Amino acid sequence: MTRAASALPDACAAAIVGGGPAGLSAAVALARAGVADVHVIEREREAGGIPRHCGHPPFGMREFGRVLTGPRYARRLAAQARELGVNIHTETTVAALAPGGLLELSNDGGTRELRASRVLLATGVRETPRAARLVSGGRPAGVTTTGALQSTVYLASMRPFDRPVIVGTELVSFSALLTCLHAGIAPVAMIETAPRVVAWRFSSALPRVLGVALHVNTRLERILGQRRVEGVQLRLHDGASRVVDCDGVVFSGRFVPEASLARLAHLAVDDFSGGPVVDNFGRCSDPAYHATGNLLRAVETAGWCWNEGRRAAGALRAALQGALPDPGESIGVVPVHPALKYAVPQRLARSETRGRIQLRVNRAVRGRLRCLAGERVLAEKRIDALPERRILLDVPLPRDLREEESLRIDIAEAH
Amino acid sequence: MSNHGASGCGRFDFIVVGAGVVGCAVARKLTLEGARVLVLEKATDILDGASKGNSALLHTGFDAPPGSIEQGCLADGYREFLSIRERLSLPLLACGALVVAWSNAEAAKLDAIVDTARANGVDDARIIDAAEVRRREPAIGDGVTGAVLVPGESVIDPWTTPYAYLLQAVLNGARVERGCELLRGEYDGVSWRLGTTRGDFEGACVVNCAGLYGDAVNRMLIGTPLFEIRPRKGEFVVFDKSAARLANAILLPVPSERTKGVVVCRTIFGNLLVGPTAVEQPSRDDASVDERVLEGLVRHGARILPALANHPVTATYAGLRPATEEKDYRLHVQPDPPYVSVGGIRSTGLSAALGIANLVAREVAGIVAGGDRPAAIEWPEMRSLSAYGERDWQRPGNGGIVCHCELVTRREIDDALDGLLPARSLGGLKRRTRATMGRCQGFYCSARLAQIAANRFDEPMATELSE
Repeated sequence: MTRAASALPDACAAAIVGGGPAGLSAAVALARAGVADVHVIEREREAGGIPRHCGHPPFGMREFGRVLTGPRYARRLAAQARELGVNIHTETTVAALAPGGLLELSNDGGTRELRASRVLLATGVRETPRAARLVSGGRPAGVTTTGALQSTVYLASMRPFDRPVIVGTELVSFSALLTCLHAGIAPVAMIETAPRVVAWRFSSALPRVLGVALHVNTRLERILGQRRVEGVQLRLHDGASRVVDCDGVVFSGRFVPEASLARLAHLAVDDFSGGPVVDNFGRCSDPAYHATGNLLRAVETAGWCWNEGRRAAGALRAALQGALPDPGESIGVVPVHPALKYAVPQRLARSETRGRIQLRVNRAVRGRLRCLAGERVLAEKRIDALPERRILLDVPLPRDLREEESLRIDIAEAH
Repeated sequence: MSNHGASGCGRFDFIVVGAGVVGCAVARKLTLEGARVLVLEKATDILDGASKGNSALLHTGFDAPPGSIEQGCLADGYREFLSIRERLSLPLLACGALVVAWSNAEAAKLDAIVDTARANGVDDARIIDAAEVRRREPAIGDGVTGAVLVPGESVIDPWTTPYAYLLQAVLNGARVERGCELLRGEYDGVSWRLGTTRGDFEGACVVNCAGLYGDAVNRMLIGTPLFEIRPRKGEFVVFDKSAARLANAILLPVPSERTKGVVVCRTIFGNLLVGPTAVEQPSRDDASVDERVLEGLVRHGARILPALANHPVTATYAGLRPATEEKDYRLHVQPDPPYVSVGGIRSTGLSAALGIANLVAREVAGIVAGGDRPAAIEWPEMRSLSAYGERDWQRPGNGGIVCHCELVTRREIDDALDGLLPARSLGGLKRRTRATMGRCQGFYCSARLAQIAANRFDEPMATELSE
């Protein structure tokens, strides 16, 4: 701890907040591009991010050309960065962001300031816990998220319960299921409010194989128990109420960007994505700050974030060299159809001829996805989309777009 | 703290039943007056009943019925808190309150609120117009017709405060037995002998501060309940720290007969709180929350502060107020056998506790022979958890941050698991440090906490994987 504290400079070229796949990949790319003064600030004891406690494959195909478990992948990312001369400061927390790239840091030594020419925020995502879901019932011990469960199992070698119910059927929910198996925990049921499993269809075979009851079209109505979880009350698809005995509840998925630093600081935050407002270079509303990876939106794979981090490094390096266009010269992108969960980036630089927009829907929707400027259709594509699937829309940016206009993303639904 | 009962610990001057905020304050006061005090708490840790879920305000008592016991204790408790809080390093956010009128009918009631405040000695309460409200609270919703400004209303730390009271009692010689449920009691003409799950204890006088079980303890010890506890549940929604900037003062509604209504205010920890509701229920320990009620609170908050709609919820909780069939506090003092009952401390207990303690000390003076006051009083040094002052993470040697959302350090956690009144449950650790109480609710830190707190809690957070 003291070693990290003494190695922290007062100023640097690039500070990267968060040492997960996106942040480490950006650090590596910056180092490879010859930016000498790169510092990764990581609040955990080890760099590597969420993969550190995903004890199962597949990680690393895109990055290392082979299949790794999460922890091995995380260690490789961190080792690669260190070999290239990146400074990784673990157990060091960024407590606050100030305008112009001034960071307030805290570690065992107390607080100190770090002034960076450019800051890259890569703080990732977390799941929506029970409280923010406004779930009824007592507040007993044994209610957790996949992330907390996985770090308890894989990092602490401990087990918080024996017979939990898993809420959600996103990819991460199946990851929770596998984590339980690894730890000798026997989930009693998986619950999904939607009419079908949210993750890929084949995943629904997994609980069957493992003998775990899968309830779709089912709502968790109430958590029972005062001290420890004693059960959950479910509302089934046919309206019937049923109590399932269990000793834990795992709230899985419903990821949200960990954008607290941006929210508490001066940076604009997008109400749709929950992440900071960025342009296509990843620049925030204060151009001293860039953002990348899952902080931009929930949620992509480690590999996708790694790739984003690499591209973010290119933009950051250009920014350090003064080679990016004026951040004011951009046009807004707004999702206007209610089925659209978000559209990222929220701004596109007018200097570019094209922009790529990432979108997601919050329910199954079929129709034509359009990008409109006024009445003009700039881009259009047919979609048959499900929640939690990435949708990309490439948009040409004509020279004559009016400045005050925002680009609207809409869906003409097929009925 | 030890596992033995009465054997060898002798006779106490006072046995305080219940380590809620009132019990903690009473134990402190009687101890500092020179008495030998024992506190019995049936829960694993202190502050586990009504005191664990309140709105964390320090009231002036401006709106209490003039001349009531409650009003007297509030006024005295308020003064006393201000006089000792710096010695105990207890934080205070002196933000004032606005009783906001949202219609002409409500505006018409503001004069009476000011009159009551004046009658209660809160002389600086005054009416301000809608424009002044908007100037002070730029984020407030449309439709304000005026407000009463009460500058003295403040926000405090609802847990560190009573914890400090009890720690001071212990530092000065009081004894606390936790996980110690009262089973029976009898008076033999000279002493009370109380049978508990941790053995028998002997004392000259019993002070019943049992909160939600006050009537049951009275029935057990003096044969009559004196009053009937009618638990009144209040649910709360806590918004992310990003929302705290939306409010300056504590925003109160014009009260109705039954309740002060739903408050919107900052917390000392830097969040924004909306609550409580007020619903009577038979259960004395079912502090569950309800989705529809919570949604209603979120909507209510967004009517008062429209921008709140875009801020995430961090936490939800419910508290149970020990209301009785009457509005005022229920004080009962008898010389033979020596017995005091303080009950019906509905929702103002945090503010009134020191006043209640003074009242009890005055009342028992004629009943139990007083001891000598200690020559020197010990003062515990509390570590402030206020977001509006210096925190441990800003100081060297803190051991690094463990809970990232609430910026709780390793040193804070180690201290909470150690010392004179160590945390014995995750709830106790949360109340002492705020660990896991932030926006991620343990996503990032619960694994590490489970490791750090292994073998410390009666109900472990997790068990070792058997490999």
